[in-house]
Amino acid sequence: MKTLGLFLLGLLGPGCLHAQWGGELRLCLYSEPRTLNPALAEDNNAETIRYLTGGVLLRVNRVSQQLDPELATSWKIADGGKTIVFRLRQGITFSDGTPFSADDVAYTMQVLLDPNVHAPVGDTFQIGSGVPKAVVRGPNEIAVMFGAPVGGVARLFDQVAIMSRRSPLKERAVLGPFQIADHKPGSYIRLARNPNYWKTDRGKRLPYLDSIRLEIQQNRELELLHFRRGQVHLISSLNPDQFEQLSAEDRTSVKDAGPTLEAELLWFNLNRSAPIESYRKAWFQSRNFRLAVSHAIHRDDLSRVVYHGHAQPGVGPFSQANLFWFNQSLKPHAFDLDAARRLLAADGFHLDGRSLADRDGHPVEFSLLTNAGNTARERIAAMLQEDLATLGIRLNIVTLDFPSLIERITKSFRYEACLLGSTNVDLDPNGQMNVWLSSSANHQWNPNQPKPETLWEAEIDRLMRLQASTLDANRRKTLFNRVQQVVWDEAPFLYLVNKNALVAVSHSLRNVEPSALRPYVLWNVDRLWIDQSK
Amino acid sequence: MRRVATILLVAIALILFLANGLAPYPYSRQFRDSPNAPASSHFLLGTDALGRDRFSRMLYGGRTSLVFAPAAALVAGVLALLMGLAAGCLGRTAERLVTAMADMCLSLPWLFALLAVRALLPLNASVSATILVTFILLGLLGWAGPCRILLAAVKRHRSSDFVLFARASGCPGWRVAAVHVVPNLLPLAMAQFLVTVPLFLLAEANLGLLGLGIPEPVPSLGGMLRELENLPGAIARPWMFVPALLLFTVVTCFHLLVSADKYHV
Repeated sequence: MKTLGLFLLGLLGPGCLHAQWGGELRLCLYSEPRTLNPALAEDNNAETIRYLTGGVLLRVNRVSQQLDPELATSWKIADGGKTIVFRLRQGITFSDGTPFSADDVAYTMQVLLDPNVHAPVGDTFQIGSGVPKAVVRGPNEIAVMFGAPVGGVARLFDQVAIMSRRSPLKERAVLGPFQIADHKPGSYIRLARNPNYWKTDRGKRLPYLDSIRLEIQQNRELELLHFRRGQVHLISSLNPDQFEQLSAEDRTSVKDAGPTLEAELLWFNLNRSAPIESYRKAWFQSRNFRLAVSHAIHRDDLSRVVYHGHAQPGVGPFSQANLFWFNQSLKPHAFDLDAARRLLAADGFHLDGRSLADRDGHPVEFSLLTNAGNTARERIAAMLQEDLATLGIRLNIVTLDFPSLIERITKSFRYEACLLGSTNVDLDPNGQMNVWLSSSANHQWNPNQPKPETLWEAEIDRLMRLQASTLDANRRKTLFNRVQQVVWDEAPFLYLVNKNALVAVSHSLRNVEPSALRPYVLWNVDRLWIDQSK
Repeated sequence: MRRVATILLVAIALILFLANGLAPYPYSRQFRDSPNAPASSHFLLGTDALGRDRFSRMLYGGRTSLVFAPAAALVAGVLALLMGLAAGCLGRTAERLVTAMADMCLSLPWLFALLAVRALLPLNASVSATILVTFILLGLLGWAGPCRILLAAVKRHRSSDFVLFARASGCPGWRVAAVHVVPNLLPLAMAQFLVTVPLFLLAEANLGLLGLGIPEPVPSLGGMLRELENLPGAIARPWMFVPALLLFTVVTCFHLLVSADKYHV
């Protein structure tokens, strides 16, 4: 705690009092954003650009996790939860000087919901029956109407960057703190301050920074080298090895911001039509088998060895990072070999020499698919291999290039178990509807079910739909707690670890308050400033 | 130099083949309380990120690489010899066909071919089967370069006096090839073999760097080199370079043998 206090004192304390205008923030993006159009942003890099340039009606505060008013000064839920009405801030203009009005919000919603645009954010609004409509009720008031009541609807607008209907620059006219000034594909993107940004400090328009230069750099070691040389100001996502190295060199330049919403998880292929042996399918369909495997996994070791302690054993769909929705009553499945053996014995599994065999004598052996080149994941797989060997289970690790892996888990279903990561951007469980509904293509263990194949999947479907149309937050939480409990009991996903957000920040960068949620250090970018004296 | 290289290679091979007796621990045993441990009397080259003894893994991994890389080179060499002979002795059409195949093979992005084949392997293929397939594929993809060189040599021999004399004496084509051409090609084929062994060692190392080499938990020199991706971390722990040094020594020895062999050719 003392170190944390010193870190915050060093980075926050002086910054708030004597902020300086000017300077260029430099950092790396790990690949070229697939698009710079905020309506089409889907990958992390495009979302980062959208966050830095886009103005939104409401913003989820990455520290308090509460909604902060931005372009909307207030909002209210009406019509029994079917409508949300926004009162907009007045006297605001886009970066090119075009005035902002409710008409621009309506235009943005129209673009996002246009089926020909295929806007990923638009999909999150497709809740209940019918297409949502945006109705302008005056220059500063707009209502968005849904076909059915939608719980937690306000949070959806965190990712809606407002675009101008009238500006000749179209989506390049922005309301966020920065605008795109220069883009050399594959090399860099330079963002310049938006001269018309609406937030101010001491009567002067924010942001403090003049510009941000985002170098496209895939090589994480080169990024680290640039940071050491002072050529970039921050690294938003260090791997644990790099964190330990930098920590040994200068403890005050790094920070562990706590568990993220990102989880490493394992699942078995429960698709009944998958082209794998029927006796293997029977193992995977068995709740006891899945739980036994989970109990044989030493999650504390995974956190300690693979992540050098910068990860927490995984529990369920949300980690402790989600302050409201995490089910506090659940704990990670305990490492308990006796419990695992009891569960296996109950299903007729027995030891045949040193290897486990099923009721019919088939040796228990299955393959675990993961993507090649992800060092942490490959290490986790190797540790799982040794953990399961103690039960007599032989695990074959198969590393494949990503396209081949995706083809197997989404199209051909020629796999037995898979180890991958999940990333949650949305704090609200509605953001996970596409994972939990049995009819969804992203219901990884058994997607696209015409109707739920198991009772517990039917229960999850019912609970998820019910919470999505419930307005009372506490009632929704009770419903989603039950979803988390069912997932914990049935173990369709074995949650292994939630990794921590590890960041490195230059001493010259001030007002830094790293969050465990994306975009980590950049969440308060309009208030970051560079101490020119450093 | 040839003698020094030979002695070194034999010594390394002996040590690696005695891995079962020399390795202090099984290569897959994880000492989870000692990940990334420094070199010590317990762990001569320290431990890797999962606490596995690096020295034991180097012995087993070196053995894997040293068995399979020459095997792949042998596959490539035999194939190159057969194709070169066929192209050189069966007339113009065969020569054009083989040359076209060799050109196609050389222009093929072999990494993608390997990825594709790896993706087609059965999921529960044993580790040894995966290793075998990987190296056989390397061998099958590696025949084209040596084949072009051997074809040039076959053509040269075909127009030589001793072949003309044999043909004039009524010697059938297959006998000319088997008795008169092949023995003269062997030194060149041997040199090509020695050149391709280090290429396959390095190819496996490259695959290892991409995470597509020999599957866990079996070690290989290529897989062990992945630790050096984090160079500053490796510099702080210089014993991590020993597997790379072993690979360098083996590759250098093979190159020395080739250099010496040139005089013979």
